[in-house]
Amino acid sequence: MEILVCAKRVPDTAENEIEINSAGNDIKRDDLVYSVNEWDNYAVEEAIQIVEKHGGSVTVVTVGDDESEEILRREMAMGAENGILLTDEAFEGSDGKGIAALLKAAVEKGNYDLIMTGAQADEGYAQVGGMLAAMLDYPYASLVNKIEVGDGKLTVGREIEGGNIEINEIELPCVLSIQTGINEPRYVGIRGIRKVASVNIPAMGASDLGIDPASVGADAAGVKRIDYFVPEMGEGAQMLEGSDDEILEKLIELLKSKGGIK
Amino acid sequence: MARIFAYILHSNGELDDSALELLAAAKRIDPDADVTAIVTGSGIDDVCGKAAQSYKTVWKIDNEALSYPNAEVVRKALVNILPADSIVLLPHDHFGMDLGPGLSIKMDSSFVSDVVDIEKVEGNTLKVIRQEFTGQVSTHVHCDISSGAVVNMRPGVCQPAEGQAGEVVDKSGEAGDLSAKRKFVEIQEAEAGEVDITKSDVLVSVGRGIEDEDNLEIVFELAGAMGADVSCSRPIVDAKWLEKARQVGTSGKTVKPKLYMALGISGSFQHVGGVKGNPFIVAINKNPKAPIFQVADVGVEADILEFVPELTEKIKEL
Ligand SMILES: Cc1cc2nc3c(=O)[nH]c(=O)nc-3n(C[C@H](O)[C@H](O)[C@H](O)COP(=O)(O)OP(=O)(O)OC[C@H]3O[C@@H](n4cnc5c(N)ncnc54)[C@H](O)[C@@H]3O)c2cc1C
Ligand SMILES: Nc1ncnc2c1ncn2[C@@H]1O[C@H](COP(=O)(O)O)[C@@H](O)[C@H]1O
Repeated sequence: MEILVCAKRVPDTAENEIEINSAGNDIKRDDLVYSVNEWDNYAVEEAIQIVEKHGGSVTVVTVGDDESEEILRREMAMGAENGILLTDEAFEGSDGKGIAALLKAAVEKGNYDLIMTGAQADEGYAQVGGMLAAMLDYPYASLVNKIEVGDGKLTVGREIEGGNIEINEIELPCVLSIQTGINEPRYVGIRGIRKVASVNIPAMGASDLGIDPASVGADAAGVKRIDYFVPEMGEGAQMLEGSDDEILEKLIELLKSKGGIK
Repeated sequence: MARIFAYILHSNGELDDSALELLAAAKRIDPDADVTAIVTGSGIDDVCGKAAQSYKTVWKIDNEALSYPNAEVVRKALVNILPADSIVLLPHDHFGMDLGPGLSIKMDSSFVSDVVDIEKVEGNTLKVIRQEFTGQVSTHVHCDISSGAVVNMRPGVCQPAEGQAGEVVDKSGEAGDLSAKRKFVEIQEAEAGEVDITKSDVLVSVGRGIEDEDNLEIVFELAGAMGADVSCSRPIVDAKWLEKARQVGTSGKTVKPKLYMALGISGSFQHVGGVKGNPFIVAINKNPKAPIFQVADVGVEADILEFVPELTEKIKEL
């Protein structure tokens, strides 16, 4: 099975507090640690496991800048065979549709049976996979947390409410968005990264993809972020202040009065 | 102004909570709108009647192929029935996420998801508020609605609207070809775990802030001292540190404790969405700007790895 996984380089929120810059037009990016979007890492692991069982190869593609190459290498160190970097000034500021249109062009340059995205990325849209599928006219299932490979089709589980799983049969080729927890992504050590350090990763721009630069990027975006802001908060929590002992004492009193200590 | 439609989710003959939330959202987009509800399914006269208690127009699409809401089939029906340039409202849940993005492509309209507030419409621009980085920052977003839009609303952010009673229009004949390459097979129910956290009065809930599986011990010790049960956020289950039955949230359990302690949990809407019944919430987090402090009653800015063992000690001394 030939599998294409779409991955995005994002600030790692487990490592960073996200703060807004003084102009309010971006987050403070200087000291951020970046990594591959958590959901995409599960998708790559799943793709590798399918290929280990059923043969084929895994390609990872990202739309980004030069620095985005590092996440392709990371996923190649996990076991993806190929990486493709889609990069061009014309791509900057693309909305979800723009990103999906670029990924569609990349899909059409290859011969893939299965395309995977993460369920969502840093901006929380959860849109690119479904858009890409509709553009390709492929069937789609989102929030997939279980995959069994059949003949010309897959049986997939979708995570729905309450921890229940919705089982579907889906014809290949198809697009799946992958939910976290579907597997246990393998560890990537320094040695693994070193092994792929000098592998050539092709970069493709608008002309390589046969994309009209005016159809993507900020000017073509129908959905635009105008600014970042900190909302006027309601009252919020009463923060316990004082020395450690005072805080502990106050908290214990509260827990007692609310029936929290039996 | 374009016509506004709300897709009505329902199960076992009951309307989903989102049904009247979407009506409220539609009124925010256009206070004068005659919002049309769309109900799909098989044998749905009752549900359509319920929707028509609040919506002036209800479009019924009754077809065996729609007996389970498979997003691919629903999308086909909607694309055949909806006028061009429609504004379609969906809940941003496991169904809306499945349907919305692809629907916007097929309708050739804009898509904006996980909307937490609607500001206004100016000309062809819908102005909304979203959040990024699991709620750590908010953003103003402009969405071009000149050729329509699909808008996914975050569940729970709009108060259900009252609405006016209306009539049901049968659109089943216009649904067209509903064949699909994705077929619904069955629902597999979640497995029961060793504890039933939906029955717990006091929950000590742990999130990614615990950092390491071995550190979970301090959480169980605190819970033990308090006589509480341990629940958790999703990353703890994803990492297989705790069983799925302990996960609180939209894709986990809905809990109704009297007291909920959130330790190293940021407070994403999918997590907090599983905490119901208005419990007293205590949050302990080292980031004073964590969104959990917006929903908590009492907060402590602290490192749980240090604070929790101290708290356990003090409680044991009581
Ligand atoms: C469709 C869908 C369904 C989902 N369903 C659920 C669900 O049912 N339940 C759920 O929980 N999530 C769910 N999620 C995931 C959700 O969006 C969040 O990613 C998740 O809730 C984050 O968990 P967390 O708060 O533990 O981790 P994080 O967001 O990483 O937060 C960790 C927090 O710990 C704090 N911290 C770190 N170290 C320390 C320390 N030493 N001491 C004190 N504080 C510390 C940090 O400041 C941060 O606030 C779902 C997501 C999707 C897309
Ligand atoms: N710039 C990008 N490059 C490659 N894939 C992306 C990009 N942005 C989003 N995706 C894919 O789309 C998924 C969902 O992201 P989103 O729709 O932005 O929430 C991600 O998990 C990725 O798989």
